[in-house]
Amino acid sequence: MFKAKLSCTGLLLLAGNVAADWEVNLTRGVTEISREIYDLHMIIFWICVVIGLAVFGVMLWSVIHHRKSRGAKAHNFHENLFVEITWTVIPFVILIAMAVPATATLIKMYDNTEAELDIQITGYQWKWRYQYIGKEIDFFSSLSTPRDQINNEAVKGEHYLLEVDNPLVIPAGKKVRFLLTANDVIHSWWVPELAVKKDAIPGFINEAWTVVDKPGVYRGQCAELCGKDHGFMPIVVEVKPEAEFDAWLAEVKQAEQEKTAQAEKSWSLADLMVVGEEVYNKACLACHQANGEGIPGVFPGLKNSPIALGDQSAHIDIVLNGKQGTAMQAFRDQFSAVELAAVITYERNAWGNKTGDIVSPAQISELKEPAQ
Amino acid sequence: MSAADRNKRTVTLLIFGCMTMFGFGFALVPLYDVFCRITGLNGKVDLVAATPSEVVDHSREVKLQMVATNNEMMPWQFRPETTEVKLSPGEMYQTAYLARNLTSKFMVAQAVPSVSPSEAAPFLQKINCFCFERQPLKGTEERAMPLVLSVDPALPRHITTITLSYTLFDITPEDSTQLTLLGRSSL
Amino acid sequence: MNTSVAATHHHGPASGIGRWLFTTNHKDIGTLYLWFSFIMFLTGGCMALLIRAELFQPGLQLVQPDFFNQMTTMHGLIMVFGAVMPAFVGLANWMVPMMVGAPDMALPRMNNWSFWILPFAFSMMLLTLFMEGGAPNFGWTFYAPLSTTYAPPSVTYFIFAVHMMGISSIMGAINIIATILNLRAPGMTMMKLPLFVWTWLITAFLLIAVMPVLAGVVTMMLMDIHFGTSFFDAAGGGDPVLFQHVFWFFGHPEVYIMILPAFGIVSEIIPTFARKRLFGYASMVYATASIALLSFIVWAHHMFTVGLPLAGELFFMFATMLIAIPTGVKVFNWVATMFRGSMTFETPMLFALAFVVLFTIGGFSGLMLAIAPVDFQYHDTYFVVAHFHYVLVPGAVFAIMAAAYYWLPKWCGRYYNETMGKVHFWCSFIGVNITFFPMHFIGLAGMPRRIPDYALQFADFNAIATVGAFIFGFSQLIFLYNVISCIRKGKPADDRVWEGSHGLEWTLPSPAPYHSFSEPPQVK
Repeated sequence: MFKAKLSCTGLLLLAGNVAADWEVNLTRGVTEISREIYDLHMIIFWICVVIGLAVFGVMLWSVIHHRKSRGAKAHNFHENLFVEITWTVIPFVILIAMAVPATATLIKMYDNTEAELDIQITGYQWKWRYQYIGKEIDFFSSLSTPRDQINNEAVKGEHYLLEVDNPLVIPAGKKVRFLLTANDVIHSWWVPELAVKKDAIPGFINEAWTVVDKPGVYRGQCAELCGKDHGFMPIVVEVKPEAEFDAWLAEVKQAEQEKTAQAEKSWSLADLMVVGEEVYNKACLACHQANGEGIPGVFPGLKNSPIALGDQSAHIDIVLNGKQGTAMQAFRDQFSAVELAAVITYERNAWGNKTGDIVSPAQISELKEPAQ
Repeated sequence: MSAADRNKRTVTLLIFGCMTMFGFGFALVPLYDVFCRITGLNGKVDLVAATPSEVVDHSREVKLQMVATNNEMMPWQFRPETTEVKLSPGEMYQTAYLARNLTSKFMVAQAVPSVSPSEAAPFLQKINCFCFERQPLKGTEERAMPLVLSVDPALPRHITTITLSYTLFDITPEDSTQLTLLGRSSL
Repeated sequence: MNTSVAATHHHGPASGIGRWLFTTNHKDIGTLYLWFSFIMFLTGGCMALLIRAELFQPGLQLVQPDFFNQMTTMHGLIMVFGAVMPAFVGLANWMVPMMVGAPDMALPRMNNWSFWILPFAFSMMLLTLFMEGGAPNFGWTFYAPLSTTYAPPSVTYFIFAVHMMGISSIMGAINIIATILNLRAPGMTMMKLPLFVWTWLITAFLLIAVMPVLAGVVTMMLMDIHFGTSFFDAAGGGDPVLFQHVFWFFGHPEVYIMILPAFGIVSEIIPTFARKRLFGYASMVYATASIALLSFIVWAHHMFTVGLPLAGELFFMFATMLIAIPTGVKVFNWVATMFRGSMTFETPMLFALAFVVLFTIGGFSGLMLAIAPVDFQYHDTYFVVAHFHYVLVPGAVFAIMAAAYYWLPKWCGRYYNETMGKVHFWCSFIGVNITFFPMHFIGLAGMPRRIPDYALQFADFNAIATVGAFIFGFSQLIFLYNVISCIRKGKPADDRVWEGSHGLEWTLPSPAPYHSFSEPPQVK
């Protein structure tokens, strides 16, 4: 296996393997555009191979035959106008030949006819938010690979680092338009099989689109350095046939209603601690660490901290609204009232922070969506 | 001319060149703005009121989408009154974005508009927009921020959907005296 | 300003540390630059090895993500501004006066200053590693707002360090231009200048044109961070994309600053060992100049995914593709120089040949990256990492090594150990390819750059790349040993050094005397 891979490292051998093994080449993808891009990539690759063979061939031939140890005598030519003009003009012609199909594909990608579904994608440090415009669907999507796999304490799963809690779901065979923006720094939304890569820039909106013919699950990652966990904000797109997609829409709406109902019932400390730990591991652990001690000088600890032990409302405020000028985000929109209440309760009672406080989901709902 | 004189002249010219390029770096800022305004690059739009067009092109309709984003640390509720509307180019359209300060503190926000596709940006005319000025809201206050716009009939025909996005930034001054001043002058 | 040229005539070097601190001699300063650059090369190299070690297997083993980002940032900054650029300036200091028949650089005191700024700049930058919040962690391209609103406090020191490096480079460039334009020996017309001098002259003009823009962009950052302006902050009417435009307006010419002198070096070495004049001298000069001019109108090809309008994408795509033409002319000329020559393969020639082949491979991937629609798939992946490492490591760095082996006998009057040189070459050549070739594959397969951990399908090639990196890294110690033993006890070299050598520098004795060409030579 290892040997076989090593043997690929020659440019020539690569050529033979290109089509067979997707791991060494660009994916063909599942959209018309991605296939066009793949073809362009291959055309240009082969042009480069041919030019390379010609140039390196002449060079190798000279190295073998025109060496002093073989008694070669140096000739005295050092310019030739005709040759020099030829090798300026021929590459120019080749470039034009490359530019024509490239331009055609690019124009196709900029086609902005009406789409059947518009989704606003917002990049956050370090997760994505998907809002289906006009459909009242709005959720966050973040890495679901457990921390112990990343820390090599557990066996890594098949989709290590390429799995999320809530994938983006889109219908097959329909034009879907993505509107990209960011909440903090620049991110870049990239799914190779859709051949969509577009920067998400805070304060500005960008658009891209896709039509996926084949239902399936397609994975990608953030492509623009966006801080500490840039490597840990994958993208998963689930493409479903239309009927299944409609069923999914209904399901999500129902789940939303259940969440509201959950917030209204009363919760015990133990139940909140269970949910709270889950949320903590997902959203807080990266900075504040598993032991609640943070990283000295970079991220403050929560264990024995004045916020976690002090006034409840200050604690709720910082979790909901974040803290200006630090990495502490506003989590108001990212979690349900139950989850927010649970994580605050957890922080006030974990790692020996035994305040015994219970922050109720109803209390948070009131702050999240105050009654009119 | 002696070598020393020639050196002096060369060095003077080159230092002048450096200064010019340093200045050019800064000149890129307004140049870029002008360039963006002409081409609509980056979906940037003018922050001054446009005058409405007099003709209405009834032959076609353009879908106008409105979206809202809160920048980090902006704890306001912020959403468009309507998310989608069909407009004839030249037609005047009045709508609003709803903002609500969910905190108990006085805050000031600035909405930053952006248009996609960027090609459409120069054709989206804002006759009145809340993004022209900063928006102060007292704790828990709610306000409908007005927006009056129209689409220029010169909009290229291949554009059928325009998305107008507002991102809300928190620009509350840290200095409390400045805060009260602002509060008094605008409330 | 150049009275010191006269004042120091006919004196040998001063003794002790003062010789190095106060020297105005172009050879001493060249030596200082070269050693400095080698130390930086090893420092940045250690960071690269740490990065590769972390990436040897999936999962986090050695470092945490934030420190990983600091390493990638520092590795990039140190290699670009600390290793490659000073090495070229060092070579220019040593060789330009000797090649044009000048007694010294035109502005010797400024020359001293432009070197001695660098150790301070880089000490400051390296010390940020020990600051609270850590060193800069936003990548060597420091995109706003990650590098402004979201940056660690050390960003201010980083900005100051960049300013100092910029001033150093600008002073170096002014000096080189003044030397080439004003101090040429009688009869040394522009079209007789050796190509190394020509490429450096053009490079120096690029430096003058773009280093101030870099200074401008970091100044704007500084103002955004500390003085409440909003050049790059959308909240105040600024634009983060503007940062990228200004940065790459500097950044693209910058990559040619790192490769044009390498073209010059290779154009000196190949004719020497092919025992044949350089093919197409004039077209080489014109090609270099057109590459330099084109470099000003292609910057946005680094930004194809930021959402440029169609017309912009097309313009920058076409302009970028055009660069392939003059670059191709250069490669063809080198091959034509070898054709029907009488070649021998000493270490400098081996490095030069590897340069031609591997740089061309980097050029091919560059051409692929220029195609905007396909770039949407390549952008910010390991394919890009493979591309620019191919043009910078077996490109710029190999050329610098070739130059060091080529001119070392002239500098210290002794030959290096040829066998050891060849071992160094083959280890480096094999190491470089094992490191960077697999990066093409993982990039195409979809691995983004600047990530500390990756999905399982990228594991095999990452492991191979790491092995290659360690081979390449440690083989540089052979180079270090070879150079030191050459200086101390190498076989004495004659004046011509190489059988096929040509040009003014080879008419001087070996080692080159402390003061050379005090009386300008006559060039026929």
